[in-house]
Amino acid sequence: MVVQTDDRYKMVEKTMKKLGYDRSALIETLHTAQETFGYLENNVLKFIAQRLKLPYSKVYGVATFYHFFRLKPKGKHTTVVCMGTACYIKGADKILESLEKKYNIKAGETTKDSLLSLISARCVGSCSLAPIAIYDDKPVGKLTLEQSLQEVEELLR
Amino acid sequence: MIHSIQELKELANKRRCNEDSCKDELRVCIGSSCASLGSEELTKELIKELKTDTKISKKCKIKGVGCNGLCSAAIMVAKYKNSSDEEIIYGGITLDDKESLKQLAIEDTILEDKKLDMSGSFFTQQKKIVLENGGIIDPNDIEDYIAHDGYLALFTALEDMVPSEVIDEVKLSGLRGRGGGGYPTGLKWETVSKVDSDQKYIVCNGDEGDPGAFMDRAVMEADPHKIIEGMALAGYACAASKGYIYVRAEYPTAVEKLNKAIKQAKKYGILGNNIANTNFSFDIEVRLGGGAFVCGEATALVTSIEGNRGNPRQKPPHLSDYGLWGEPTILNNVETFANIAPIIRNGASWYNSIGTAKSTGTKVFALTGHIKNTGLVEVPMGISLRELIYEVGGGLPENSELKAIQTGGPSGGCIPKELLDTSVDYDSLKAVGSIMGSGGLIVMDQSSNMVEVARFFMDFSKSESCGKCVPCRVGTTELADLLDKFIKKEAKPSDFDLLKSMCEVVKDGSLCGLGQTAPNPVQSTIKYFENEYIEGIKND
Repeated sequence: MVVQTDDRYKMVEKTMKKLGYDRSALIETLHTAQETFGYLENNVLKFIAQRLKLPYSKVYGVATFYHFFRLKPKGKHTTVVCMGTACYIKGADKILESLEKKYNIKAGETTKDSLLSLISARCVGSCSLAPIAIYDDKPVGKLTLEQSLQEVEELLR
Repeated sequence: MIHSIQELKELANKRRCNEDSCKDELRVCIGSSCASLGSEELTKELIKELKTDTKISKKCKIKGVGCNGLCSAAIMVAKYKNSSDEEIIYGGITLDDKESLKQLAIEDTILEDKKLDMSGSFFTQQKKIVLENGGIIDPNDIEDYIAHDGYLALFTALEDMVPSEVIDEVKLSGLRGRGGGGYPTGLKWETVSKVDSDQKYIVCNGDEGDPGAFMDRAVMEADPHKIIEGMALAGYACAASKGYIYVRAEYPTAVEKLNKAIKQAKKYGILGNNIANTNFSFDIEVRLGGGAFVCGEATALVTSIEGNRGNPRQKPPHLSDYGLWGEPTILNNVETFANIAPIIRNGASWYNSIGTAKSTGTKVFALTGHIKNTGLVEVPMGISLRELIYEVGGGLPENSELKAIQTGGPSGGCIPKELLDTSVDYDSLKAVGSIMGSGGLIVMDQSSNMVEVARFFMDFSKSESCGKCVPCRVGTTELADLLDKFIKKEAKPSDFDLLKSMCEVVKDGSLCGLGQTAPNPVQSTIKYFENEYIEGIKND
C-alpha cells in the first residue's frame, strides 16, 4: 500500500479512528472524505476500503447509492435549482430546463470548461421563497425565468 | 451538572430572572427562509453593535431564534417586553432596517408599518405544542430551553414515575406517529419495553425527504433539546441506553444544532451515566443520511445507520424485535419525539382533549404553493382543510382560484376543492384517497395540470426507488413513461387501462412503503381529475 502523506487523508483517518474502524463508520467516513476532497475520487474510496477492511465494491456501492455523494469534481461555480414540489408548481422545471439548454449540460453535470456545475436539489426548505436557486452560496428566491439566467451570467463574469 | 429536579427548577428560575435575563428581548428569526434573506448576518451585526452600545445592552438582549412560522413575512423580528410578558411581531424586515431595530431595542417604539396583526387567524387558529419554543428560545442555549420548562418532563419521570407509567401516559395521550404512518406511539413503545434484551436502541428519523416539506428541519434547528428530551424519555420507558438521530446531510444547520445540543446536555448531566442520580443512563449520537428518500422506510433507515446501502427488507421481523444491529429498536419521527415532553409535562388528558377522538393533538404543516401565508403552522387535528387554507393560510393570492390540495408528497394524493370540508386527521384524509403524510401541504391553483403533477411525483419515486424489487423499480419507470404519453397527448385509449392496472400492480407487488404508495398521486388524480387524462388520449 502506498503510504498516504497527503494531510487530507489524515482527516479521513481521524473519522474512522473516532468510530473505531467499524464497518458502520463507512457513511460518516465518506462524508468527511467528500468534505475534505470536494468529491470522492477513486483513490480515496480505495483507501477507505482498505482501512475499514471492506471490499471496494461495497464502498463504491454505498457511495453511488446516496445522492449526496459526488464521484466527480464540482465546477468552479455551482447553481443549485430547487426542484421541491412548491418550487415545481411555481415553474422551477422551466428554469432548470432553460439553464440546461443554455449551458448544454444536464442537471448533475459540469460544463467542459469546469466553470459551472448545475445541480437540481430535492428541496432546500425555503418553500415560501419558491422558486428558489442557490448561486454558489447565495440563495435567491421568487425567481423569474429571466432573473435565473442573469444570476448565472453574473456568477460566471 | 444537574442532579435533581430541584436543581433543574432552581436553574430555570435563576435564568428566568437574574439581572442578566430580566431584559427585553429582540428575537430575530434565523429559520431557513429568513436566513436566506440574510437574517443571520443581521443578528450578528446587531449583537456586535450591542456590545459597544451600553445603552442597548443594559436593556435588551438580542438573540437569533428558530423558525417563527410565517415564512412569507421573512425576515421576522419580535420584540419581547419582559415587564408585561408581551410580544409584538414584525414582518418583512430587511437589512436596511438595522437602525430602526436598534431603536426598537432601546425604546418602546412600535414600527407601525411592519407590525403583524397578531389577532389575525394565522396566529389565533394555531395551537402550538411541537413548535411552542419556535421563535422564542435560542437553540444554541440549553439554559434558555430549561427556562422554558425544558427537561422538566424528563426529570419528573425519572424521579416520580416508573417506566410503565411513562408508557401508559403516552398510550393514553393517543399520540400517533407523525412521520405519516399514524401508528400509535404508546403501543410501539410498549412492545419494545416487553422484549427482553440487554441492548435496545432509540432512533429518531430526521431524514425528511418529502420535497416541499420542512417541518422536521425547523424543529431540529429551532428546538433541538426537545428531541433529545423526547428520546431520553423513550429510553427510560423502554430501558434503552443508546439513541441515534438520523439527519439528512443536506441540513447542515440542523446537524450543527443537534450536535451542539447533545454536547451541552452531556455537560449538564442530562445525557450520560446515572442521569439525576438514578440507574438510568442514556447517550445520543447523530448520524448523517445521504439524501435517499427510501431511507425514510424503517428497515432501510436502520441498515443505513449500519453503514450500508439503504435497501429495505421484508417485514416481519419488525424493528421492535430485530432493529438496529439486530436489537429491539424504537424508531419515531422528529415531530413524534417533540410531542413527548409536553405530554409528560401536562398529562395525557390535556393532550387527548385536543384534536379528534382517533387523531389527538396537533399536526405541523408546511403550507406552500399558491397561498398567501406560506410557512410553518401547527393546528389541532380535526380542523377542516377549508379553515386551514382560508383562515390560517389566508386563502389564495388575488386572481387565483383553488384547484386542488396535495398532502403526503410522493406517497400522498391530490384533494379537489369540492372536498374542502374534509377534516384534517389520519382517517378522513385516507378516506378521500390521500394521506396525512409528514406534513407537506401544497395548494395548487388553476394553472396546475394534474397529470403533470402526477408525473412530477412519479419521476421522483422512479429516481428514489432503491431497485431491490421489480414492481417498484420497473413499475415506476413504466408509469412515468405512460404519464408522459398523456402529457404529450399521444396516449392510446388502451393506455388508460394499462395505467390503472399498472398502479394496482406496483401498489400490491412492491416490497416497501415507497413502491406501495408511489401510485397514490396517479390514482387520486385519476379519481378526481379524470377528464385531464381523457384529454391526453389521441383519438384516431
